[in-house]
Amino acid sequence: MKTNAAEFDLRTPATLGEALALLGEPQGKWRPFAGGTDLMVLLESGNLMHKNFVNLRGFKELRGIEVSPQFVVLGALTTFSAIQENELIKKEFPCLVQAAAQVGAIAIQNRGTIGGNIGNASPAADSPPALLIYDAEIELMSTSGARWVSYDSFHTGYKKTLLGAGELISKIRLPRTTRASGRTVHYFRKVGARKAQAISKVSVAGWAHVEKGVIKEVRLALGSVAPTVVRGKNTENLLKGKVLSPALYEEARSILGGEISPISDIRSTDVYRKRIAQNLLSEFLEHVGLDQ
Amino acid sequence: MKPTHFVLNGKKTEIASPPMSRLLDVLREELHLTGTKEGCGEGECGACSVLIDGEVVNSCLVPLAQVEGAEVRTIEGVIEDPRFKVLQSEFVAHGGAQCGICTPGMIVSSASLLEKNPHPRRDEIENALAGNLCRCTGYSKIIDSVEAASK
Ligand SMILES: Cc1cc2nc3c(=O)[nH]c(=O)nc-3n(C[C@H](O)[C@H](O)[C@H](O)COP(=O)(O)OP(=O)(O)OC[C@H]3O[C@@H](n4cnc5c(N)ncnc54)[C@H](O)[C@@H]3O)c2cc1C
Ligand code: FES
Ligand code: FES
Repeated sequence: MKTNAAEFDLRTPATLGEALALLGEPQGKWRPFAGGTDLMVLLESGNLMHKNFVNLRGFKELRGIEVSPQFVVLGALTTFSAIQENELIKKEFPCLVQAAAQVGAIAIQNRGTIGGNIGNASPAADSPPALLIYDAEIELMSTSGARWVSYDSFHTGYKKTLLGAGELISKIRLPRTTRASGRTVHYFRKVGARKAQAISKVSVAGWAHVEKGVIKEVRLALGSVAPTVVRGKNTENLLKGKVLSPALYEEARSILGGEISPISDIRSTDVYRKRIAQNLLSEFLEHVGLDQ
Repeated sequence: MKPTHFVLNGKKTEIASPPMSRLLDVLREELHLTGTKEGCGEGECGACSVLIDGEVVNSCLVPLAQVEGAEVRTIEGVIEDPRFKVLQSEFVAHGGAQCGICTPGMIVSSASLLEKNPHPRRDEIENALAGNLCRCTGYSKIIDSVEAASK
């Protein structure tokens, strides 16, 4: 089907301030447009409901990766390719790099942005589980200023977020944590239909800090197992402070099974998704338990 | 309508089309560069691959407004580049093209790979072409062609 492009507007304001002013107009008339890799698919299939978009691509304020002693800060327009090329992110936040490498193929990674991945709010998106285990915070900006919110609180329901009227996502920051002793484990795995371009059936990201065999801290996040990407907090609470044992493994699998609610759709069934999620948890815990 | 300006295959170009027009349609229908193909229209097949500021993108997913000020190279430009002529001859020599629908996209993606990584390993070629689908060759002849061109 050919959509009539003339029915849509894509405005490129000279400044970010003007862009925010457009986004702030009543009734949410204007929407952000970043890499377009989600929006252009909707356009072509005739499913793009909004007509007016603000082109964010030119704004330097929304680009680049900055490093301070406390944080790595990514502009919302950071592409998946740029994430994979950043040495510091590779070293300190490897799961984000692995997730970025899983987003479609290279042409999508060159264009698609992390802000768009968050803003699109798909429960199957690849970067959100990695952002969750790294305790990311996101900056939301509008004409009335900017505010930081924890990413953990951002997705409030299926395709529902904390993004208020006139707000856009401007930055994402990841706290840099260094532990004096012990060992940290980073785990990311996406199970999809084929390697490139696959929309996830299930993805799991895990992070843990282990000292003398004791799981001091642990974070677990999952994609495609609930209406939003989610933390597995009951499973985390079970594991925290414990030493891994076969019994703990089994208990963790069953608690995880109880706290996620996958759906059945054309890509997979709920039972199958739950099983994959539990198997990926086991694999994560094997990494946690290594060399004990 | 406000015109959009960009450099296309080395030439300054100005076009007055709606800002949300797909770059793919502008190239094929307004600028009559029909080497860039449309397969799926949704970012899955790579038939529409072009280079924007040196990076491979799917032109079916790029709105015209986003090429303002950019440098765009299509298969027509890539194949004039002496560095990439060899891709064409190796695709011919190794049977890397059959029906040919995927070929311009394959060559554009391969050229972008070779620009960044002149001697890629086989798995690097596979990764670079993972977004380019082919229904005819079974891929290994395409990988062979790119490998030969990088020698
Ligand atoms: C072939 C193909 C394969 C794909 N494979 C994957 C995959 O494997 N994994 C995956 O996770 N995704 C995948 N995607 C989806 C898409 O590429 C990602 O979601 C990407 O991150 C979207 O970013 P974008 O900049 O292109 O977003 P856009 O299309 O520009 O925008 C997406 C949505 O986010 C909003 N938005 C964009 N930027 C902001 C901002 N700064 N603030 C607030 N809202 C904003 C827009 O209004 C829109 O609603 C795929 C897409 C295609 C076409
Ligand atoms: S036509 Fe653009 S990717 Fe298939
Ligand atoms: S040669 Fe026919 S699709 Fe590749």
